Amino acid sequence: MESSNQLIAGIGLAGTARKSRWPARLDFIQSGTGLVLALFMWGHMFFVSTILISNDAMWTITKFFEGYFFFGKSYPIMVSFVVATVITLLVVHAFLAVRKFPINYRQFTTFHGHMKMMRHEDTTLWFWQALTGFALFFVAAPHVYIMLTHPELIGPFESGDRVWTGHYWPLYILLLLAVELHGGIGLYRLAVKWDWFAGPDPAATRKRLKTLKWALTVFFLALGFATLAAYVKIGIAHAPDYGKPYVPAALQAAPQGVNK
Amino acid sequence: MSDANSKIIPIAKAGNGGDGGSAAHRQLKISVLRYNPQEPSQPPRMQTYPLEEADGMTLFIALNEIREKQDPSLQFDFVCRAGICGSCAMVINGRPTLACRTLTKSLGAEFTLAPLPFFELIGDLSVNTGKWMRGMSERLGGWLHMKEPNPDLRRAEQKMDPDLADKIYELDRCVECGCCVAACGTARMRKDFVGAVGLNRVARFRLDPRDARTDDDYYEVIGDDDGVFGCMSLLACHDVCPKDLPLATQIAFVRRKMVSLGWS
Repeated sequence: MESSNQLIAGIGLAGTARKSRWPARLDFIQSGTGLVLALFMWGHMFFVSTILISNDAMWTITKFFEGYFFFGKSYPIMVSFVVATVITLLVVHAFLAVRKFPINYRQFTTFHGHMKMMRHEDTTLWFWQALTGFALFFVAAPHVYIMLTHPELIGPFESGDRVWTGHYWPLYILLLLAVELHGGIGLYRLAVKWDWFAGPDPAATRKRLKTLKWALTVFFLALGFATLAAYVKIGIAHAPDYGKPYVPAALQAAPQGVNK
Repeated sequence: MSDANSKIIPIAKAGNGGDGGSAAHRQLKISVLRYNPQEPSQPPRMQTYPLEEADGMTLFIALNEIREKQDPSLQFDFVCRAGICGSCAMVINGRPTLACRTLTKSLGAEFTLAPLPFFELIGDLSVNTGKWMRGMSERLGGWLHMKEPNPDLRRAEQKMDPDLADKIYELDRCVECGCCVAACGTARMRKDFVGAVGLNRVARFRLDPRDARTDDDYYEVIGDDDGVFGCMSLLACHDVCPKDLPLATQIAFVRRKMVSLGWS
């Protein structure tokens, strides 16, 4: 037997007495998850790009997040917890953001025609934000899954092997483009949506935000492609020894517990 | 005075006759999207009108000249000619704006005119914005809800802080031309979206100390995806507003206030 509340909701009369507060919460959560994910991606990019400094630098960062320098032993499961959190954020963010997508052919053609007619930058940027967001459903999934299930396969050689011999590099090209475009546009939109940094002259602030947004996108794309190229190079060189983990020269004499 | 005018005036003063006086004027080619919903057998089409530009010519002048001298069947709306009534909003080169405030010299020699999308099309460049605006206003309760239901009209009006009055007046400058709604990608996809004009209306009455409504009351009318949470912050509304209303700031402000009620 349905409760009276379920029946009222089923008939579509739930919001008549007092409008639900959930739309407000969902709007906030959509922005909040987007902000956390975008900031995470910036941090992530800086961490993986340590490979441009040296193999040892990247190894040190990896082991730091595995708790090696705190516990004297690596716990890759710690990375899995972070990945699980990121996956949760991704799912929540995607679930909420998809509400804004054009949901049928009529809406898509209307928006697309409107965008072409208007030639308005922020409208066009939203289209790309939605498009790259949609792409991320698919191109982010394999990466986060392998990181969740095989967190120990992060390291100069391990990542290089995955990128090259594991054939992840085409996926990472798409992932990099989608993430940086989506995240950059998203952060800009968050700033204007909530009127952050508005100051006395919101128009000037918006212009500066847009310039900053493009500068950051170009910077992270350049950094990302350079990083990916570095892993490709390492992966090609390491292909004959595929699967062998990286051990810094200083630890090669006493590697106990490092990669376990 | 612009360079273009400074070239024209000496020729006119020289008395070179009609041809000489107009020699510096451009020949405009105005392409208008023609369609009459009452005649669906005639599909939408572009019709180009040649017109000689005149000094200080606005699109109001240009369209009236076309209708008087070339095509009496051309439909468009104007009332005030001064950017106050909001009747003449149309899509000029792809962007919604007011025709009466658009000088032809600000455009190229060839440009396009089309009716505002989103609103009911009457014919050619004429749309029924009033019908939608009335519905929006009724939906939002877009009028002053007096704290005193039966005020004593013989009593002097309550004083208001000048700064607050200025802030209210700033938002009251909206002429409901419909440009913000026509420029809004969200409204184009979702017909029930209240649009920047509606959110601006809420922001205006929210400021008014004579209005009895609280944020909870406003949440009841804009606290969903057809209201403020439907806004995707594309900001075309802000960018095309012919009255330069601070729509981005106001929508963000209303959003923050409504979101804060989410946990109340």
